[in-house]
Amino acid sequence: MIDRIRALLTGNPMIPIDFETISDNANLYDAGLTSFASVQLMLAIEEEFDIEFPEEKLTRRTFSSIANIAAAVSELTAESV
Amino acid sequence: MNVVGKISDPLASSLAESATERMARVAAIAAASVDAVDREGRFPLETAEALRHERLLGVAIPVELGGEGLGTAAVADLVVQLAQACGSSAMIYAMHQIQVASLATHGVTSEWHRTFMRRVAGEQLLLASATSEVGIGGNLRNSICAVEVADNRFSLTKDATVISYGANADAILATARRAPDAAHSDQIMVVIPADGNRSLERRSVWDTLGMRGTCSDGFLLTATGDAAQIFPKPFSEIAAQSMLASSHIYWAATWFGIAADAFTRAQAFVKAAARKQPNVTPPGALRLSEAAAKLQEMKGHLVAAINRFDTARDDDDDLSSIGFAAEINALKVASSEKAAEVVRIAMLITGILGYKNGTPFSVGRHLRDVTSAAVMISNDRILSNTSTLLLVSRFDTSLGA
Repeated sequence: MIDRIRALLTGNPMIPIDFETISDNANLYDAGLTSFASVQLMLAIEEEFDIEFPEEKLTRRTFSSIANIAAAVSELTAESV
Repeated sequence: MNVVGKISDPLASSLAESATERMARVAAIAAASVDAVDREGRFPLETAEALRHERLLGVAIPVELGGEGLGTAAVADLVVQLAQACGSSAMIYAMHQIQVASLATHGVTSEWHRTFMRRVAGEQLLLASATSEVGIGGNLRNSICAVEVADNRFSLTKDATVISYGANADAILATARRAPDAAHSDQIMVVIPADGNRSLERRSVWDTLGMRGTCSDGFLLTATGDAAQIFPKPFSEIAAQSMLASSHIYWAATWFGIAADAFTRAQAFVKAAARKQPNVTPPGALRLSEAAAKLQEMKGHLVAAINRFDTARDDDDDLSSIGFAAEINALKVASSEKAAEVVRIAMLITGILGYKNGTPFSVGRHLRDVTSAAVMISNDRILSNTSTLLLVSRFDTSLGA
């Protein structure tokens, strides 16, 4: 899951973060993720995993690290299975 | 002994009255000088002095730090009161309160900021903000300049396109990158008091259509100081959790107050016409009810946004959610457009007496002041940001039952 997210986000021109080297728990906002880049990130994840984040998941916390994103995606894909 | 001292203390007696009563006196003073402030494009010194005298600059500071702990709704009401007298004065008071909100929300865990808040309440300090920058424009979440921190001291040089009432403020809250090698969006905010460690060099003069008294000149700001003056939280969190909402709410309160005063003038005009010709409905009467409906929409939106902010306040997740940002952005765009519509209708109603300066029905200043609403953080920029947010966020249709 983590690797899939990493591969997906690496090289996305809208998100100026080096996803190959950043650690799973590093704060993406501290690394320069803006709220608008985070929307691009959400859209890419939704498309890749064929999910839709519910409103209550659209928070800073959910997208603040690769580990948090992976946790949210697992929760949503488990529910939809 | 103490009791006698308290009773004879003019400050204590003034604090015994509600903030609303004290603001009514400030508004009367602001109204008396509004035409001169507007014409000369000068800082409303009389208003600032009156706000200090009535102890209204520290009302939103927490009680334990010497303030009165007023919440968003109460402060917004004070802004509305003042805006009916002088748009520039109200915008200055609104911008001051936005800075106080940042301090009261994000400064309570830091000893330096707690001490500073005590000073704001005790000495009635006026706070300004330096966010915009040459090469960046109004994009709040980007900085070129950076603080350099060494041996617990910071230094900063910022070429600010605009610092509203910068020359008259007792302190400036400035944004900058965390360090010279930090990303543009990796920002901090630092409190810079107007003392010997700070210099302001005026680079441009605020000669504008409206809001002329805010004296939003451009300055080269140079400062050094204790690194503890830097807020402990990153600016991204301050922006999302207090500044976004308090800015849009207090600005909207300003525009609502300006529109409300234009409406009052139009209403007085229609009433005078009705008195002269009883049994004939004046032609402007229909327009007046149209304006009243728009004013009511503004008020409803503003009250709803204040309630929304109060609900979200204790929940960091909610405050930093996409849905909250989209809702608060909508307040800014809608209220700025609506305020201009109300004033435009007031102008149609009052006709040539409204168009002319110096009559009881003049609304020219209102029209010019309220025109700033759509351009201070351009509505197009905000709509574009919101359109990005709406790619993922759904509209909340619940009425709050």
